[in-house]
Amino acid sequence: MRLTDVVAAAGARAGAQVVPARAQMATTLGFHIILASLGIALPTIVLLAEFIGLRRRDEVAMTLARRWSQAMGVLVAVGAVTGTVLSFEMGLLWPGLMRQYGAVLGFPFGVEGIFFFLEAIFTAIYLYGWRRLPGWAHWWTGVPIALSGIFGAMSVIAVNSWMNQPGGFTQSGGRITSVDVWQVYFNHAAIYEMPHMILAAYMVSGFTVAGVYAAGILRGRRDRYHYTGFALGFVPAAVLTPFQIFVGDTAARAIAHDQPVKFAAMEYVAQTSRHVPEWLAGVYVNGHVYAGLKIPDMDSLLVGFGPGTQVTGWDSVPPADRPPVVWLIHLCFDAMVGLGFLLLLAGLWALYAWWRHRRLPSQRLFWLLGAVSGLAAIVAMECGWVVTEVGRQPWVVYQLLTTADAATTDGGVIASLTFVIVLYAVLGVATIAILRILARRWRRGAGEPDVPYGPPALQEQSAGGAEL
Amino acid sequence: MTSDAVGGILLASITLYAVLGGADFGGGLWDLLAGGDRRGRAPRALIDESITPVWEANHVWLVFDLVIFWTAFPHAFAAVMTVVALPLWLALAGIVLRGAGFAFRKEVSGLGAQRALGAIFAFSSLLTPFFMGTVIGAIATGQVPADASHASLAAWTSATSLLTGFVFTGACGYLAAVYLVGEAARREDGRLQAYFTRRAQVAGIVTGALSLATLAELHSSNTVLFNRLTGRALPLVIIAGVCGIAVVVLLTTGLAARRRSGVRVIAALGVAAVIWGWGVAQYPVLLPGTDVTLSNAGAPDSTQTAIVVLFVAAAVIVGPSFALLFSLQGRRLLHADDADAVLATAPPHQTQPPAASPAARAAVLALVVVDALVRARARRRGR
Repeated sequence: MRLTDVVAAAGARAGAQVVPARAQMATTLGFHIILASLGIALPTIVLLAEFIGLRRRDEVAMTLARRWSQAMGVLVAVGAVTGTVLSFEMGLLWPGLMRQYGAVLGFPFGVEGIFFFLEAIFTAIYLYGWRRLPGWAHWWTGVPIALSGIFGAMSVIAVNSWMNQPGGFTQSGGRITSVDVWQVYFNHAAIYEMPHMILAAYMVSGFTVAGVYAAGILRGRRDRYHYTGFALGFVPAAVLTPFQIFVGDTAARAIAHDQPVKFAAMEYVAQTSRHVPEWLAGVYVNGHVYAGLKIPDMDSLLVGFGPGTQVTGWDSVPPADRPPVVWLIHLCFDAMVGLGFLLLLAGLWALYAWWRHRRLPSQRLFWLLGAVSGLAAIVAMECGWVVTEVGRQPWVVYQLLTTADAATTDGGVIASLTFVIVLYAVLGVATIAILRILARRWRRGAGEPDVPYGPPALQEQSAGGAEL
Repeated sequence: MTSDAVGGILLASITLYAVLGGADFGGGLWDLLAGGDRRGRAPRALIDESITPVWEANHVWLVFDLVIFWTAFPHAFAAVMTVVALPLWLALAGIVLRGAGFAFRKEVSGLGAQRALGAIFAFSSLLTPFFMGTVIGAIATGQVPADASHASLAAWTSATSLLTGFVFTGACGYLAAVYLVGEAARREDGRLQAYFTRRAQVAGIVTGALSLATLAELHSSNTVLFNRLTGRALPLVIIAGVCGIAVVVLLTTGLAARRRSGVRVIAALGVAAVIWGWGVAQYPVLLPGTDVTLSNAGAPDSTQTAIVVLFVAAAVIVGPSFALLFSLQGRRLLHADDADAVLATAPPHQTQPPAASPAARAAVLALVVVDALVRARARRRGR
């Protein structure tokens, strides 16, 4: 009797911690993923600007590269510390996961560590080498940043995709007995999750850069500086968008096969059946979809290229094994796909204008679209993470370990969650404020920052720093 | 056997974090104690310039430590993260605020904002070493049970743990001051050199005294650890002491000015000896007070082998990259990309590029050669 009481109490307490622990993980990961995306892809865009600057002796592109470097310095610092928070949280929030599977998912993290080293080292050389390293030598110090960003992202996504499709290890008596590290790294879901996230990082970075300059153009700053800044971000992101839609479509089909319950939540498939309709938007409550647009047979068609394709519903597993709040998963999925197509449209519009008139569209609507494209890409990426993370619930390691069992049993999570929310709110506001300070300083064309606690610089920045 | 190697790798990574990342936190201590805006301007500028290009790379050692810990010893990792969760959260708060405060301070222009962000950077630089120290103290004194399910305040608030926290903070300040003496000497700034020499001496003596106090405290509270430290780990304890005394003597006699890198290495060696002394003292036990050892807390062999391979890869790939970074920084080729600021602080004759050392010259040459090769190939392909 007493023993069962203890077990029940422990269970209740574990249940009590999993919700704040998930909220905290969502907050910190949702924040960091934006900075991580910029860390992965922004260096490539800066290198592109510097390449054009060096190749064509283009002063405008060169100025942009130098200024973006300065912004990168701020973003990399914030990204480094918020990434560290996540490393700690793996243990502080999810000791059950680490105890059980730390030995399995550690290897990809270790690989990521090496790329994180290279990224940090060469970022420092690149950012602080502008003045003294000769032109092309400086450019080459940026190449390892771009590469390690991609490989580092692959490694982290290897862990997440392993949690979705675990494998590559043997277990006996609750202990891991052997691990095949490459099977863990290149697990079944890695093949689609890795390109999906890396492309997302490039889209977020490219459209965010483009958005900043589109907003400037909307405010009447129609100069070569702003058009160049816009194009350097917009073109790579827009070119990658169709590839991203293709990868995403492939991923969705793979999920229908690998994690049918997650897919059922994404598409409102309550019962396993054929001729499954596709729901656009809509809220699922007690077996009804309200305010949704129904396209008959479409879901079956998308999954198996035929209206008669059978799609597994969430009735295939007991209620306890289904993800909570299916409407959230579905709406996030729809939002991600919808925004993806919106961004594709923006790219096609620009392509059409270029084909017909050899210039970017002049319509105000296009620039409005461009101005919000960064935000749209960020929202789409966040929605994608909600789909993959909430859709995997109640599992943290799919069908092997529940999130409740992985969560810490200590009662302090509410306190740390509160602290984290306040801290990250301040950090987010401060980061944006600092970037705006930089932008304002650049617009004034005046000198760059002063030494800490120093008097304002006396000399004006030379011609290179002046706005064009 | 593999598990011993992995234990060594973990300790080596912790050592690297302590002697590289620790000094960056120590810089915050001296920033905090530098006084008002006018008086503190020169030392703060030197601290800022010395930390800026390297702190993020140094910081990665912490992430690497965590990854090795959880990969190789997942059960012990989960226990530590549960029992001493609070000091770890506080250390983490220090990491976030230190990094953000430091990065933001550079970019704001108002004196008020710089003061506020500088204070955040400086205060939070103390949090991380102190609370990391209490965590190590808690582990070393056997306060972390193997099957922990709750955080414990008592685990890290014992006299030994708190003293360890102070030792860590002092050691970070000591390392930073010794490194900064070298940075000042490199800039031929006699005043700052004397300034940080005094601070390095004081920090060395204070940290030494705190270490002895910790040992004395262990003598009464934890005889097992005390006997291990004065038994099999004695050579390392002696090395730590000798290094500390040697640094203070070299600084006092002025020999340090001529043997800049030598003094840095000796100072780092002293701190490393303390960490390895702790490791040797509790070997092969991972969590003292429990039966969790390196071999039975370990992950399967395949994972441990993977860690060894990863560490070798890190040494081969990351080591030379660090060497490049440090040699470029050592030759003062890395600066924030803002011409005015650096000119405002550097003495006039330093505005010309300094003569590069063979290492730095080789590094730049290598970059130029890579560039030339790639472009030559591209040109050939173009034809």
